[in-house]
Amino acid sequence: MRVALFVTCINDTLHPDTGRAVITLLERLGVEVGFPEEQSCCGQPQFNTGYRHLTEPLVRRFDRAFRDYDYVVTPSGSCAAMVRDNYPRIAERATAEGRDGRELAEAAARAVPKTYELTEFLVDVLKVTDVGAYYPHTVTYHPTCHGLRMLRLGDRPRRLLEQVKGLELRELPGAEECCGFGGTFAVKNPAVSAAMGADKVRAVRETGAEAVCTVDNSCLLHIGGMLRREGAAARPVHIAEILAATEPDARKPAGTEGSPR
Amino acid sequence: MSGTYLGMPAFPAAAASSTQDTRLRANLRYATHTIRDKRARAVAELDDWARLRAAGAAVKDRTLRHLDHYLEQLEEAVTAAGGQVHWAADAAEANAIVARLVRETGEREVVKVKSMATQETGLNRALAEAGISAYETDLAELIVQLGDDLPSHILVPAIHRNRGEIRDIFRERMGRWGRPAPEGLSDAPNELAEAARLHLREKFLNAKVGISGANFMVAETGTLVVVESEGNGRMCLTLPETLISVVGIEKVVPTWQDLEIFLQLLPRSSTAERMNPYTSMWTGTADGDGPRTFHLVLLDNGRTDTLADTVGRQALRCIRCSACLNVCPVYERAGGHAYGSAYPGPIGAILTPQLRGTASELDASLPYASSLCGACYEVCPVAIDIPEVLVHLRERVVQGGKVTRRGVKTVLKPAKGHAAERAAMRAAGFAFGHPGVLRAGQRLAGRTRRLHPRRLPGPGRAWSDTRDLPPVPAESFRDWWRRTRGEERGK
Amino acid sequence: MSSRDVVLARVRRALADVPRDEGPEDVPVPRDYLRAHGSRTAEERVALLAENLAEYRALVHHTAADGLTALVTRLLDEHGARSVLVPSGLDPTWLPSSGPTRVDDRAASTTSRLDTVDSVVTGCAVAIAETGTIVLDGSPDQGRRRISLIPDHHICVVRVPDQVVDSVPQALERLDPTRPLTWVSGPSATSDIELDRVEGVHGPRKLEVVLLSE
Repeated sequence: MRVALFVTCINDTLHPDTGRAVITLLERLGVEVGFPEEQSCCGQPQFNTGYRHLTEPLVRRFDRAFRDYDYVVTPSGSCAAMVRDNYPRIAERATAEGRDGRELAEAAARAVPKTYELTEFLVDVLKVTDVGAYYPHTVTYHPTCHGLRMLRLGDRPRRLLEQVKGLELRELPGAEECCGFGGTFAVKNPAVSAAMGADKVRAVRETGAEAVCTVDNSCLLHIGGMLRREGAAARPVHIAEILAATEPDARKPAGTEGSPR
Repeated sequence: MSGTYLGMPAFPAAAASSTQDTRLRANLRYATHTIRDKRARAVAELDDWARLRAAGAAVKDRTLRHLDHYLEQLEEAVTAAGGQVHWAADAAEANAIVARLVRETGEREVVKVKSMATQETGLNRALAEAGISAYETDLAELIVQLGDDLPSHILVPAIHRNRGEIRDIFRERMGRWGRPAPEGLSDAPNELAEAARLHLREKFLNAKVGISGANFMVAETGTLVVVESEGNGRMCLTLPETLISVVGIEKVVPTWQDLEIFLQLLPRSSTAERMNPYTSMWTGTADGDGPRTFHLVLLDNGRTDTLADTVGRQALRCIRCSACLNVCPVYERAGGHAYGSAYPGPIGAILTPQLRGTASELDASLPYASSLCGACYEVCPVAIDIPEVLVHLRERVVQGGKVTRRGVKTVLKPAKGHAAERAAMRAAGFAFGHPGVLRAGQRLAGRTRRLHPRRLPGPGRAWSDTRDLPPVPAESFRDWWRRTRGEERGK
Repeated sequence: MSSRDVVLARVRRALADVPRDEGPEDVPVPRDYLRAHGSRTAEERVALLAENLAEYRALVHHTAADGLTALVTRLLDEHGARSVLVPSGLDPTWLPSSGPTRVDDRAASTTSRLDTVDSVVTGCAVAIAETGTIVLDGSPDQGRRRISLIPDHHICVVRVPDQVVDSVPQALERLDPTRPLTWVSGPSATSDIELDRVEGVHGPRKLEVVLLSE
């Protein structure tokens, strides 16, 4: 089984710890992981802002980068959803515009079935829920919109978290509501985005948890940025970093596994 | 005495002020959460909801792909049943037809059932200019009309008002239009409803002309369907001598049997009931029962332009249930007025820029009024992929392209104000296409990270006004990989 | 060019992507949804109708044929009705021979005249158990649409189990689209004020459904 990490541009640049955590976790589970350096961005920021044409080379690049692998694992629900939902659509639109979309369609057809969000890969492919993690902290879980409604992750992240030793999971009120990030939405509609974020942060604080975790660092960028601005104690942490943590790491306080956010 | 959406600011500016209105936000939060929870329970009762939804979407698709056929069939059936059919290419024409039909009756007053189509065309204002008074009879529309306000929700147009505000409006304004509010009116909802009953009853009993929309029109039989709760619809549809229904051309469904799908989907999605209190169905005119004269005005007003877009076309499946509004986190914070049209919320964000085009700043801002969270798509009873259409319309705004406006194919230029974004997207595209460039940029950022401010100047301020930026790490993932693993395992 | 021609021409141009040889029936509509939600005996169906009607605040009464007149008499009396509207084809034995003044449903009756009548008694065309709905189709025992609308008190007699179906699809099969139809699910209601349901706006505020066993 040849497995590649698709780290995503946000994690590559801003959250390398998350990528390292995925490597640590998968290697601990006996999976050898490659990192093809030809990878870059899935194209989601461009696509969702209306620059579909700019995403076409990124579809081809994704296909080239991961062609030699059986599985592509990514610690991002929204990037996995971009590949799965939009790559075939990008090919269809190219054809509809009278261009030859076959190459894009073939690239999408190869990319879609092998791309997995991390928790999907663990539960559906490796068929594990106890990954041997130890994380002695109170944690609340925010299901991201793309994970919830596009990937239909369901209770996979929760099942993984419930098996983590020492971890106490706290229910997040209004968990299924969007945090208000939405990519460029946060910049184009800052008032509404901040209002949504404020409600999410209030819910996180109500749980009293030490950390809020998700399957996506982009949502955490928004939630964490607001938590820190408010001086809240809760820290944002990616689920990969919790699942990668083991006994010796656990002496550090929550959310400081790598550089603080 | 009705407001207008003309000249409203773009969505972000309107929403920026409405999010500061704490009373509005509390009203909206309470109302939307109440109805969304009820809807979930009503839908969960039906095991076959997903199949009904798929069937509803398919019937609408069949209709839209053969709309000319069904419209002609409908016209024939309505005419055969004693109705008269009129066609309106745009709002002005529809309003002119209605004004003429009312004048021909010799009447100067009409009673109206809540109708999205006539909100869209601004019929009340047009009738007022023709010297005709139009009385809204739906309780919420009455609140809006008396308050010289605009609707902010499809199902509950006065959702932005709480009971105290409604009491004040009734006390101050009812007397100017007819029977005043009872002395000592309190803010109890049952007293407010009773005040509306008394105020409107004299209008109903004297009305000679009624104006309505319709939820469905059956092509096969010529039957029109109006779904309502209060009974004001039944009053307007049955008591006057003349009935004029203004209906969007997309409201046609092929067969009588098709109603079995929509009469299950609509009430549960809309008011979250198994069935709404009243549904009226009529086919032309009936001897001695109801209006002697029935006019149907079929409205285009941008619908055929929407139909011409193979991606955006699905917006015409909409049955105006408003489930998408009630689950939308953006609607809940911004309120309906920020959308600047009769159609607020997620469906408005895709319908308005298609019906009206994206020429105005407001209309061009609507496709961005969403975090693309997908809650709207999930609850839509006819499976309109609203996020898909939003992204498609964003493309139209920033890149331009082929569109149809007023029936004419044209090529749209990219909207102004997106030049910097376009340049940034292209630059990012270049870096993502050249990982070496990406790596160089990451290294530069990593080396200068101590200099990065937590708050940004310029356009970035929108982000950093309310959120801290994360610090840039010293080393990107790809550099770490190359440093630690690159030699033996990296590619 | 008429606006009719303009709109139809626009529709046809807009549908340039639809293949010329595609007919409406070629667009598939999956009809694998249920004709009814569950299978019920006649008794269970009537019980569900009663339950759902009551949930929407209709007042439900049961009677056999020999108790009908007494029941209708009592309901009119409890409402304090001094006059009652009667559709032309209503079985005259359903109503008390003395008591409230009978007002016949005549085309010449003005709406203001109807507004002075206290109650109305009608039959129905069909009742739907799953949704708690009764449907009136203007038959002689139901009269014109306005008579079940203007008086504040509506007594509707449903013959059970014959007139009761399980579901919306089954009801539509029984109904004639050429007749003016009114579907009633509980009394008039509004949720326009803070989405709080309030019974009684313009239609009858009191809906009493009599389930008449045959």
